[in-house]
Amino acid sequence: MSSEKKTSAKRIQTRTNILVHLILAILAVIWLFPVVWVVLTSFRAEKGSYVSSFLTKSFTLDNYIKLFTDTSILNFPQMFLNTLFIAICSCVLSAFFLLSASYCLSRLRFKLRKPYMNMAMILGLFPGFMSMVAVYFILKAVGLTEGNNVRFALILCYSGGAALGFQITKGFFDTIPMALDEAALLDGCTRWQIFTKITLPLSKPIVIYTILTSFIGPWVDFIFAKVICRANSDQYTVAIGLWRMLEKEYIDNWYTSFAAGAVLISIPIAILFLKLQKYYVNGMAGAVKG
Amino acid sequence: MATLLLTGVMFWIWRGTLKSAYRAERLSKAGKHINTFAEDLKELLDSNLYRLLMTPSMFFITALTILPLIFMICMAFTNYSKIGNHLVLFDWVGLENFRTLFDSNSVLGSTFWRVLGWTLVWAFFATFTNYFAGMILAVVINRKQTKWKGFWRFCFVLPCAVPMFVSLLIMRTMLQPEGAVNVLLRQLGLIADGTSLPFFTDPTWARVTVILINIWVGVPYTLLQLTGVLQNIPTDLYEAATVDGANSVQTFFKITLPYMFYVTTPYLIATFTGNVNNFNVIYLLSGGDPVTDLASTAGSTDLLVTWLYKLTIDKQYYNVGAVVGILTFIILAVGSLLTYRRSKSYREEGGF
Repeated sequence: MSSEKKTSAKRIQTRTNILVHLILAILAVIWLFPVVWVVLTSFRAEKGSYVSSFLTKSFTLDNYIKLFTDTSILNFPQMFLNTLFIAICSCVLSAFFLLSASYCLSRLRFKLRKPYMNMAMILGLFPGFMSMVAVYFILKAVGLTEGNNVRFALILCYSGGAALGFQITKGFFDTIPMALDEAALLDGCTRWQIFTKITLPLSKPIVIYTILTSFIGPWVDFIFAKVICRANSDQYTVAIGLWRMLEKEYIDNWYTSFAAGAVLISIPIAILFLKLQKYYVNGMAGAVKG
Repeated sequence: MATLLLTGVMFWIWRGTLKSAYRAERLSKAGKHINTFAEDLKELLDSNLYRLLMTPSMFFITALTILPLIFMICMAFTNYSKIGNHLVLFDWVGLENFRTLFDSNSVLGSTFWRVLGWTLVWAFFATFTNYFAGMILAVVINRKQTKWKGFWRFCFVLPCAVPMFVSLLIMRTMLQPEGAVNVLLRQLGLIADGTSLPFFTDPTWARVTVILINIWVGVPYTLLQLTGVLQNIPTDLYEAATVDGANSVQTFFKITLPYMFYVTTPYLIATFTGNVNNFNVIYLLSGGDPVTDLASTAGSTDLLVTWLYKLTIDKQYYNVGAVVGILTFIILAVGSLLTYRRSKSYREEGGF
């Protein structure tokens, strides 16, 4: 009797298990479907965005070749280099801003500490686009919106406000025992030495997280780049370039190349992201518990 | 404006020198040691380190965030706009702009109320659909009996490794009248040849579509964030529930959900604000289309932020845009303060 009950309970459990796995599989297909479709499109031989058949008929590498050789209308290699340069510079700058601000807020006590944290919270509530036009005018007044200076303008835009997003990093620094700092102070360390020799090495995950996120930023940002670049097409970043490929006059010729470009910039970002996942989950879990 | 600012900076420097001179005088009168310049520099690395580290970032924050913001806030009280050609010469008009926007009889006013309504509906649905879908998915993957946990997580995380603007643009092209989804449905025989589902051309369809796609975009992120929190729920709670004979649905509603609400209220508020300000999804997906009322400047899926973008960048109605921005801020600030204060995690800090 009891064994029968057990087997029936077991059967129900296997049934729910199968059901759960089936649902997960269906959902996974839905979530992966667009990704697979882009990869397929990037190898598609027929041009144009609208196709009569859903699956690709013939495969080719031409789309990738076109992306790097046909530079007359949309200069993808140039955009790629622009974005790389901007990404590296703004990554260094914003990592410095963010880490130092977080360290100060976490470890040092100064008069403007509380006001600064409140200010950051209030500023976070304003829609970022509201002041974009004014930012453009200010940069223009300084002369950063002409020629090659656009790059520096973009770097400043991406890294300038970095110190406002200190919450996660500060939360991480807070978890490092204060006793370590005190011991170092007694041994005659300066605060700067504590920062560079104790705090930073101990918080490797969050440092890596900061660097990588600020590196990815310029690759995926679209709005700031668009407002600041305006008509300077030789200063475009990858994001604007890809967006332009889908505009009405280009879409027929460039659609498959758009897919190729999308795949190309997705691969490195995907690799970085998957590496980053661990830190992301940890950092978030810490920050949310805050 | 710039002159005022420069004067302010000069005054501040002057005050600083005066203060340090006064301090030096006091120190020398007391017969104490006065710091040399080199010693001052050394101090910068030690007890005054915060000055060294915060100054550059403060400078950029002031120049690129605070200053433009003040600029735009001032703009809300002027007639700096393409309406009536006030782009070169403009004047203070007081609260005139606010009045036009609140007046539901004018074109701008009626658009404002409509857009505001949709923004709130959108933010509500976008936040909670994502939250619950992500949480249920995380719970299901975390179940003890589920196999290949790593594989499932990988599947769902992969789409968010693709840059968001890329996946949004792809979605947009796929859902066009002649796009991949309609072609697929036609080939499967689900809809007749030559017809297509109006994903972005019918107002209601467009609204539902953006919310659904937002689920697609957002769930991987929610999954990532909530997995960590879920794993932190004390397991003895579950063990006690199992001993008492609770089934998995009961444990979800009685343990998981309350715990998650308790821990993630700040996160929920942040997501809600993020969704009110969610520019990317709307702008890249539908661009605010379809426009039903040709006289108004906003389409039926336009949020306050995308409308603001259109008003300032496309139409150059700078003053109205600034007013919309300020109102968004006020709504967000009041809303998040209220919910935060009423939430359990604020009232009874610590201890679940």
